[in-house]
Amino acid sequence: MSRPSIALSRFGYGISAKDSPPADPRRYLLAQLDAYDPAPAAIAGRMRSRGETGAMVELVRSLRQDRRLAGAMAEAGPAMAGQSAPSDDPRAAALEGLPPEYRSKLAEARQVLVGDIAARTQLAVSSPAPMIERLVHFWSNHFSVSVGKVGTQFEVGPHEFTAIRPHVLGRFADMLKAAVLHPAMLLYLDQFQSIGPNAPFAQARARRGGDQPERPRGLNENLAREVLELHTLGVDGGYTQADVTELARALTGWTVPGIGRVGRFAEDQPSGAAFVALVHEPGARRVLGRTYPAGEAGQALAILNDLAAHPATARHIASKLARHFAGDTPPPALVARLEADFLKTGGDLASLTATLIDAPEVWTPAPVKFRTPFEWLIGAMRLTSVGKLPPQRIVGALNELGQVPWRAPSPAGYDDLAASWAGPDALVRRVELAERIAGNVPADDVLARAEAAFPGALGEATRTQLSRAESGSQALALLLVSPEMMRR
Amino acid sequence: MNSALDRRSLLAGSLMLGAGSLALPRLAFAQGAGSRNLLFVLLRGAADGMAMLAPVGDPGFEALRGASLADYEGAPRLGSFFAVHPALAEVASMAQSGEALFVHAAATAYRERSHFDAQNLLETGGAVPYSIKDGWLNRLAALLNEGAPAPLRALAIAQAVPLALRGDAPVSNYAPSALPAASEDLLARVSQLYATDSEFGPLWARALETKAMAEDDGLKNLRDASAAGELAASLMRDAGGARIGMIELGGWDTHANQRGAFARSARGLDALLAAYKSGMGAAWADTLVVVATEFGRTARLNGTGGSDHGTASAALVMGGRVRGGRVIADWPGLADRQLFEGRDLAPTTSLESLLAGAAAEHMRLDPDLAMARLFPGRGAKPLAGIVRS
Repeated sequence: MSRPSIALSRFGYGISAKDSPPADPRRYLLAQLDAYDPAPAAIAGRMRSRGETGAMVELVRSLRQDRRLAGAMAEAGPAMAGQSAPSDDPRAAALEGLPPEYRSKLAEARQVLVGDIAARTQLAVSSPAPMIERLVHFWSNHFSVSVGKVGTQFEVGPHEFTAIRPHVLGRFADMLKAAVLHPAMLLYLDQFQSIGPNAPFAQARARRGGDQPERPRGLNENLAREVLELHTLGVDGGYTQADVTELARALTGWTVPGIGRVGRFAEDQPSGAAFVALVHEPGARRVLGRTYPAGEAGQALAILNDLAAHPATARHIASKLARHFAGDTPPPALVARLEADFLKTGGDLASLTATLIDAPEVWTPAPVKFRTPFEWLIGAMRLTSVGKLPPQRIVGALNELGQVPWRAPSPAGYDDLAASWAGPDALVRRVELAERIAGNVPADDVLARAEAAFPGALGEATRTQLSRAESGSQALALLLVSPEMMRR
Repeated sequence: MNSALDRRSLLAGSLMLGAGSLALPRLAFAQGAGSRNLLFVLLRGAADGMAMLAPVGDPGFEALRGASLADYEGAPRLGSFFAVHPALAEVASMAQSGEALFVHAAATAYRERSHFDAQNLLETGGAVPYSIKDGWLNRLAALLNEGAPAPLRALAIAQAVPLALRGDAPVSNYAPSALPAASEDLLARVSQLYATDSEFGPLWARALETKAMAEDDGLKNLRDASAAGELAASLMRDAGGARIGMIELGGWDTHANQRGAFARSARGLDALLAAYKSGMGAAWADTLVVVATEFGRTARLNGTGGSDHGTASAALVMGGRVRGGRVIADWPGLADRQLFEGRDLAPTTSLESLLAGAAAEHMRLDPDLAMARLFPGRGAKPLAGIVRS
């Protein structure tokens, strides 16, 4: 690949139909740090969760009290993940059995989710700063949240829009606190219902002698473990089970506004979350050998600040960034420079971005990655100027390609390894979709477009096939699945 | 036939198996898979073995899982000690008819609690996460391919090839698509486009081959579990079909409100396995299915009605040749001091030994060779006596 081609495709989402290749690739990339808009108008209305999330959780809890409905709701569970249940699906029948207020809430949640997925996609397609959009999606995947649990459909979009976008060129510690303590994450990793065993609320309830069976009663360590393993130190970062449990205790009280009978005691937090002191485990905590005095909401914030500055975190983040931009086996020298940069600047993500742009390891001529389905679709939409598509079409295409945003199969997010995506079935799906896209957009002068999209990097095999194609749209379909387009 | 062992013989299970391995003749290396089929079902997210096969006969069970006891009233039993989760009704009836067995308190060599490292080990067969790049199922295919006239077909029913199946032996993957099929002319041109690409060329060739096998599946997605089971069977039952298959199922990471969530996932698994068996028809007699998960969950339920990451879980083996109707377990007990680190079901059986032993017996490979290739560096011997020879 040539340097202009690398700047376009390895760093970004490929050329946009109306653009010409960058004359100065490095400056083209650096200029994107200024051109990036953290809060574009398209998502202005989605910067705040609708406040309906807590209400939806409460609705489900009260419906679950009715045992006849519990079964039907369990059947309908996957439908809450934002997938439309086809008519021959047994879940559609289960949905029919649900109370109307819950059904309409599910439909609304799904519509919000589909709108947010389309908004994120269109932002990347039309962005003048595609490299920074790539970073938004990189960090969104690092702090992966996934729909499936009640209420998450309202929150996963705002998680990226408000916890990731504003900090993508800011400080890692700020992004960490915003992303981990956002309602989407608190719901996704069960934190919202974790209760300190010695918290005043738990104690009072024990004195009263029990409670309704569907109400939570104690500690849940899911979020605490993933913060240490995935978001900060990494799995070999030197923490123990005791650190996980202590962090879980410190995180008690962080929940979603509008939930439970303690909700009226909730204090709103900047992340969009709420803190309820009554369910917070009292006392000092000890994490990684440091003691954190009793401090309610501030206790978890203090621990997260220290985790953000930990050398193991710097190494973990450096490896992931290097893997994303320089290939599946991250070059050790690049990892070391990014790690040093992270430690020197206190996790300044703009500085890390500049270090990546100046890293010779990211400018190696041979392609380093197979494009993920999302990268490929954004690249295809930019290249073909397909224009604005109905939100449901975008989600449908991403679903068929196997990578719908905010539906990663685990809190580790989608895999960032070529082998995870480059399979026989992936090629077939891209060919099918490419033919469909190419049939619906102008397809003139495809060879010239190919030369502009992959300046100095178009292979002979592709050039030959494009020139032999029987029509413009067939040539365009072939360009969309060419090796140059599939890799970066 | 006796449908299950009682608790005493169950506790002696591991000894009995040890003797069995001596009795089995050492088979000649690589007789070839012939018409034998192996389906590996990976339950991602740490399926709760104590929910799947509840040790209701253990005096400690009620204290740990009192909230879920009601689920097992009237549930199918395997002996007096274990009850099968009611959502696994088809599996239970296969166990009772002698075609399925459970292995309990089983775990890989992994003793930490990260899903991702644990899945990496279960799929690569390594003893240290990320130390091996290819998957044990791919190495099994390679082992069977040695000396064979043509490589066998290995296939994942998934949108991406799972790690367990990645490696040097040729594999394919397939999942039903709602997209309109591409025109034949475009497919032919893509073949030319990729002809000189050393990565895409072979991938594309396998894609076309699998596409042809799956022609007219009529499915749009894999969300219907029984449709997924039927699809897997349709790709494996014929002489020219895949000999090794793999399916992944998620939805097992039940940190909160686990009763409903587990039952939902278990019903899906049950439907998938039943549909697969029925779809295999006569080929079921030559088929082995192994279902495993990366680790178990805490013995106690947590404060939110769920369970957290644990250690040992249960595995399931079924097929036409399985010596079923029993539970293989060296049961560790559920008293506080018997739990691993005071919180998890303690591991007493090596999951790698089960996978290597079952695969080797079924595919007529030398079990020690299979163990060494699929799960290198382990001290444990492969389990024997899983499959009738």
